[in-house]
Amino acid sequence: MSLADSQRSGVVRSPTSVRGRAALVAWAFIVPAFIFYATFVLVPIGMSIYYSLLRWDGIGKAQFKGLSNYLVVLSESDFLQILANAFQLVVYFTVIPVAIGLGVASAIRNHLGGRFGATARTILFIPQVIPLVAAGIAWSWMLASDGVVNQALSLLGLGSITRGWLGDFDFALPAVGLIGAWVLLGLCTMLLVTGIARIDPSLYEAARIDGASAWDEFRWITLPGLRQEIGVCVTVTVIAALASFDIVYIATGGGPGIQTTVPGLEIYRLAFAHRQVGLASALAVVLMLLVILCVLPIQWLTRQPK
Amino acid sequence: MKAKYVVQASVLAIVAGVASTGAYAAPSCGANPVVLNSYFETGFPLPTELSKEFTKQFPNVTFNIKEDLFQTLMENSPRVLAGDNPPDLIRLPSISDLVKDGLLKNLDSYATAFGWDKYPPAQLGQNRVADGGSPRGEGSLYAMGLNYSMTGIFYNKALAAKVGMTKPPETVAEFEDLMAKAKAASIPPIIIWNKPVVGLTFPLQNLMGSYGDPGAVNDWIFQRKDANINTPSNLTASQHLEQWIKSGYFQDDINSVDYATAMSRFIGGQGLFLFDGDWESGNFDKQMAGNVGFFLMPPGTAGGKHAAMSAPLTYGIGANAKNADCAAFFLNWVATNEEARKIDVAVGGSNPGGPVDLPLPAVTPGSVTEQTLNAGTTIAKDNGAMDFIANATGAIYAEAWTPTLQKMVGGREDSATMLKEVQDEYVKELSR
Repeated sequence: MSLADSQRSGVVRSPTSVRGRAALVAWAFIVPAFIFYATFVLVPIGMSIYYSLLRWDGIGKAQFKGLSNYLVVLSESDFLQILANAFQLVVYFTVIPVAIGLGVASAIRNHLGGRFGATARTILFIPQVIPLVAAGIAWSWMLASDGVVNQALSLLGLGSITRGWLGDFDFALPAVGLIGAWVLLGLCTMLLVTGIARIDPSLYEAARIDGASAWDEFRWITLPGLRQEIGVCVTVTVIAALASFDIVYIATGGGPGIQTTVPGLEIYRLAFAHRQVGLASALAVVLMLLVILCVLPIQWLTRQPK
Repeated sequence: MKAKYVVQASVLAIVAGVASTGAYAAPSCGANPVVLNSYFETGFPLPTELSKEFTKQFPNVTFNIKEDLFQTLMENSPRVLAGDNPPDLIRLPSISDLVKDGLLKNLDSYATAFGWDKYPPAQLGQNRVADGGSPRGEGSLYAMGLNYSMTGIFYNKALAAKVGMTKPPETVAEFEDLMAKAKAASIPPIIIWNKPVVGLTFPLQNLMGSYGDPGAVNDWIFQRKDANINTPSNLTASQHLEQWIKSGYFQDDINSVDYATAMSRFIGGQGLFLFDGDWESGNFDKQMAGNVGFFLMPPGTAGGKHAAMSAPLTYGIGANAKNADCAAFFLNWVATNEEARKIDVAVGGSNPGGPVDLPLPAVTPGSVTEQTLNAGTTIAKDNGAMDFIANATGAIYAEAWTPTLQKMVGGREDSATMLKEVQDEYVKELSR
């Protein structure tokens, strides 16, 4: 019944009751989604927090241990190194794809519509559609001591530096990082190229007439224009680095030593292989808080100024 | 006449009744259709081949087989066993935690009914667990081995001839001398894998057996009170391993080499020795026929006793399995049936175990399978069987042996630190 109908019928609704009805409609839309969100996100988070206070093997009787699992996670040197490894991966997973993505986007900005632009975008996006496990396996082969990377180095006369990259204490983490960078480059490039297409070309024209250099154009037009896209790229890639699992699991299994062990891998191992559900949950909660702590400032910094 | 028929019918009814309650008869699969809910390990065809033969002999029994990789099995087995439809037969990577949670059937009554308790005690020892899940090696029986594997050193005969090896080494010093000769001849002395979990535990534990008491190593694996891996003899063993690493007896890249790559390197003739188990014997007899030999790790001093890692291919029955009797009957059949024992050796490559009076199935003379089976006799004579040091706790392999031995390869840790860290982790895990 519309407002006009109700007036005709002599029943005049107060603005409050209209607002109430609108709120009811809003709730009708929100509630189903909220039920799913609560069932599959909020309740599991709550359960993880509860489990993190227990000593439990997932099957037998659980013992309440208070915050002792958190103390272990935040005091044992192995756990601290594992958390530090994740932050090192941020350098590779985030800085490299965003930097290269920005470079590529700027370079092909003038050729976006042409065949060259389309081909470049497709090639750069391909890694994104390859499953991470497949990427991990393929790169493990390429980085093996008899893989193509070492063959190429030998061809260039650099045979002395060849090694099993993923088993080397100094190079395993950078090697894993480069696999991640390769995978995420496509996403970043795609987002940034799409973003750059939205920037008004007249701005670049005006800058050129004013004698701006390519760097000036990049610094004062491209970067501010891509603020939101960069925000999305950085957010997604930082989360990918901190919560990484697939690539590490496949490429190195966390080794050598614990050189490439990341929180995601350790949580999985603790919960399912070692049956220490409490400790695994505590590490998961710490990881969740770290992700939030990293992502919130990024969101704040890259928000479009009003 | 009529009365006689009535008496006969009554006797038959009583016999049938006794049989159906199982009060006097040994457990069996009966005559009604049975589907054994089975959870096997991917990549190992032995249990499936045995199940086919079993169905041939007992057509009322079929198998519903689910397979997973070893690691997945390890992760899934508690939940699968605790679920609504627990497996009748399950490959068990480790049993202590499962016994602690009451997920495995106690097999003591079957052991009595089938006479397993008369098998050599060492055969069942590794599958015994004390109440509460520890220590292992004593208490009730919770699993049986489909067969009993043996580990040692395989060698490439053509490469061995090149370094002048005419017979297996009799001491560690002779073995080290052969490795030095191979290195000098630019032949990689040892092929090994060290990722994602380490293979260096094989030579290390073999060295522990050469320089110390295998019983003490077992005490540590079985979690006996105050057991310690950080002993003077184990330190000697670890120092030898460290020296092998420093001498370049392993390839530089082993921290990035997995098991499959190591296998293809050895089969491809890229190295002289390989530390591995007899589960590969059948494979080597096919792929390197005539060009592969096997010997046990030599003792530290000439004439000393031999020791080797040896473990059952462990299978158990879910605590709430629907067809437990039939599953137990199957396990007994594997150990005692002539055809099953043949399959055990031909497909599994290992000793089928079972009663001492049963002969070992015949194998091709001169094959490496024959050599590994014979090695089992030597180990039994020297009482030198050890379980795997990787099996001491559920997490010790991934949390201690793997990172520390990888560090030793990378020159980041010495043998003394390695042993200390492993013992610290062991104590920590047992206290949790």
